[in-house]
Amino acid sequence: MTTTTAPTTSEASTGAPPKLLMKGNEALAEAAIRAGCLHFFGYPITPQTEVPEYLVKRLPEVGGVFVQAESEVAAVNMVFGAAGVGVKCLTSSSSPGISLMAEGMSYIAACELPCVFINIMRAGPGLGGILPAQSDYHQATRGHGHGDYQVLVLAPSSVQEAADLMLLAFELAEKYRNPVMVCADGMIGQMMEPVVFHAEGAGPPMADNDWALTGCEGRERRIVNSLYLAPEELHAHNLALKEKYDRAARDEPRWELYGATEGYDLLVVSFGTMARIVKSAIDELTDEGLRVALFRPITLNPFPYAACRDAMDALPRDGKVLDVEMSMGQLITDVKLAAAGSREIAFMGTAGGVVPTPDEVAARIREELGAG
Amino acid sequence: MSSTEVLMAGFGGQGMLLAGKLLAQAAMAEGREVSWLPSYGPEMRGGTANVIVCLGDEPIGSPLIRHPRSLIVMNRPSLEKFGPKVRPGGVIVVNRTMIDVDVGRDDCTVIDVDSRAVAREAGNERAANLAMLGAWVGATEAVPPEAIEAAIDAEFTGDKAKHAATNRATFRAGLALGRTVEVTP
Repeated sequence: MTTTTAPTTSEASTGAPPKLLMKGNEALAEAAIRAGCLHFFGYPITPQTEVPEYLVKRLPEVGGVFVQAESEVAAVNMVFGAAGVGVKCLTSSSSPGISLMAEGMSYIAACELPCVFINIMRAGPGLGGILPAQSDYHQATRGHGHGDYQVLVLAPSSVQEAADLMLLAFELAEKYRNPVMVCADGMIGQMMEPVVFHAEGAGPPMADNDWALTGCEGRERRIVNSLYLAPEELHAHNLALKEKYDRAARDEPRWELYGATEGYDLLVVSFGTMARIVKSAIDELTDEGLRVALFRPITLNPFPYAACRDAMDALPRDGKVLDVEMSMGQLITDVKLAAAGSREIAFMGTAGGVVPTPDEVAARIREELGAG
Repeated sequence: MSSTEVLMAGFGGQGMLLAGKLLAQAAMAEGREVSWLPSYGPEMRGGTANVIVCLGDEPIGSPLIRHPRSLIVMNRPSLEKFGPKVRPGGVIVVNRTMIDVDVGRDDCTVIDVDSRAVAREAGNERAANLAMLGAWVGATEAVPPEAIEAAIDAEFTGDKAKHAATNRATFRAGLALGRTVEVTP
């Protein structure tokens, strides 16, 4: 199937923005342009290749720049350079490729430059496989490069949300002068769903600022640098970064509560593709009279700890919490931090590209509730 | 209309992903919720390709369905793989141009379509996928046929516009065939 640069609309526009049928990868790419991103640097890898495939056709139409780099390492350093001169820029990859970009992410965060990464996760470790997984949760929220830096991480659960979060990603990148990652998986990337873009055409460029390297004629020169040999200076730099991440942790957590939100006996915590499968399971269980809710973090970093804890505290004393993820116990790290020892957290996980069905999730929930 | 889902499977190149896209496009135009999820595993040339299309009035939860209500199947390997997975009471549209074995599902409505013959008669032998889609729509009435025809016109534009009419004609021939079948739920 070929991608279309001008997706067909559901009906003639009547003023409202048209509803389009697009793959998640294509919607992410189009949303980046709507956010004002006209610079892409990347290297192909399944299952995200429709992102560059779409942009290589679409970016020239809007006066943008598309570069297929010689490797992921080159791509991330091109992003470093583009971010340094103050243009909105993007790269996209999948798990092994993100590992290769790790060093660059550390440098970009250290230099406080805004940019956006897309990670369409596939199953690992190593080359692993090309089917969907969530096993880069730790990498996205804690890992990749070296040093005391963070990347803000947004996790869509549908094609529409992927498009919406892409706009937010560019907004947050600029607001915090920091890399932001949109972290989805192969299923969201490959699936087509209806999507509406509320922003029209290519979005605005980066706002005027006092840090971009734009040529210093007539003004003091600016320096983009991550080397601080004096320990006091590097200490102060890290304190400033921490203040920024603390601010994001206070202001940016986003989440969704779904299901029997007015009173539930079991709370599932899950995100992305896995969360929508859990929703199907919950709908089935609700019809059976069981009271089950879902807490879905939308920002994986900052994780919505307080909201997650509130959702747990709304359970009765003997209520249960079940963590469901397509990895071997990564999201559960943050669920346990949210619980802070107040509850046991049960775990259900798959790996390797195995995607659980709603029936399998529902069976496990019944078991936890003793309703089998 | 209630929610349903159809798995479409065949060899790569037999047009199942496109047939699924036309169905999703048509249902979306009718204001329904849809998802289109292709198989994208490591396939070889000449290997199988399949897509699951979910239609509903509520947002689609899991787009991955292990036991679909319907199957449109173009070749024997796909029938052997997916035939047993269709829910009891489901609908199976079988491409009799390429499949000569018994489906072995007495608990489902089986619709036999000599897709190549239907397509050839309608003027475009390569539109066998739309004969199959037409038969399924005719039998299930899952979407209005006019919406599929509009999706065909929207898909076949530019250099491909000359094929729109024969694709529509093949779809309608399949539709007529499907309408003769009574689906017993």
